[in-house]
Amino acid sequence: MKEIKVLGTGCASCRNTIMLIEQVAQAKGVAVKLQKVEEPRDIMGYGVMSTPGVVIDGKVVHAGGVPSRDKIEQWLAAA
Amino acid sequence: MNALVSPLRRWPAQQPLLFLLVAAAAWFGLYQTMMPASEALVAALPVERDSRLGGALQFFFYDTPKVLLLLTGIVFVMGMINSYFTPERTRALLAGRTEGAANVMAASLGIVTPFCSCSAVPLFIGFVQAGVPLGVTFSFLISAPMVNEVALTLLFAMFGWNVALLYLGLGLTVAIVSGWVIGRLKMEAHLEDWVRDMPHASAAVGEDRLGLGERLDAGFASVREIVGKVWPYILGGIAIGAGIHGYVPQDFMASFMGKDAWWAVPLAVVIGVPMYTNAAGIIPVVQALLAKGAALGTVLAFMMSVIALSLPEMIILRKVLKVRLIATFVGVVATGILIVGYVFNAVL
Repeated sequence: MKEIKVLGTGCASCRNTIMLIEQVAQAKGVAVKLQKVEEPRDIMGYGVMSTPGVVIDGKVVHAGGVPSRDKIEQWLAAA
Repeated sequence: MNALVSPLRRWPAQQPLLFLLVAAAAWFGLYQTMMPASEALVAALPVERDSRLGGALQFFFYDTPKVLLLLTGIVFVMGMINSYFTPERTRALLAGRTEGAANVMAASLGIVTPFCSCSAVPLFIGFVQAGVPLGVTFSFLISAPMVNEVALTLLFAMFGWNVALLYLGLGLTVAIVSGWVIGRLKMEAHLEDWVRDMPHASAAVGEDRLGLGERLDAGFASVREIVGKVWPYILGGIAIGAGIHGYVPQDFMASFMGKDAWWAVPLAVVIGVPMYTNAAGIIPVVQALLAKGAALGTVLAFMMSVIALSLPEMIILRKVLKVRLIATFVGVVATGILIVGYVFNAVL
């Protein structure tokens, strides 16, 4: 199971990112553990400056905007 | 990229130059035909042109297509420019510089670096952590939301290029001077302790190798994101503006937002600070107020305080700044805006 964290201080784009990942995961039938990281201190711990950011299994894969659907599908495909 | 994407969607990315030429020609043609078209539409409506409803409708139908078309074009181009100035690169440009010239640089970079107020805190910490001086960081943080392409486009569409340039110049000045003053005040002690104690981060960035096709994608993405989010505000703003145009009597605003009322500027700032809306919603209203006799300086001060200082932003900033630094930030920026308002009213 993939552990996905969405970094963001609670703005609309961050919520959209989470929704989009949930949708894609459901459509593809991939089990994911989705988590929100909202504390600035924790976000900075990942070295991300522009939110929303996405962390998969401990690695930052995206920062600075809602990721595209294509991109999310790629993440979930790469096992 | 996904191989399943239809060839139709792919051609701009494969022939980016051709696409840009075709798109520019199409945009220009559309812009040229839209103005007479909306004139004709209003003329065809069964209302008297000189009646109140006629005036309001004309304002609405004339300004809506113009503003939306301009905005789409400019946001697209800015999206492409933005892709050259990621926050990481901007930080690398600013890290380790001394205050003064760096404040000017930071404020200018604020125009071209993509920025969303929800990123303000991570950006702030990222800058400070990499050794960007506090005052320089503030110059960036003040200019980025205030002087942006949406505000400038709307100002240009509704007031012409001279007011847009004036706003650009004054916005930059407020950002540069406020940041410099905050730097002089040496308030590093008023960062939250955990921010001060964070290990120093390197500002180095990797080489950026985006092709023109990918920059086009960035342009499309920002049109989707910005225009997609902002258009209801613009329609709402223009509708309110149209109402004011048609129904509020001439010179009605002059009495309490005119030049002669000295207290109008501070009042506009005080009302503007807790208000939060984006430039898109406020500017059409502002234009209508002006037409009814409000003074430009007062109106600009109101606009700047609405956009640059907002309550939600302070609440987020409280996580990294102690109260005294936030109060200083608000005080310095509000003072700058006040001065802008008075100077405008005096000069024009």
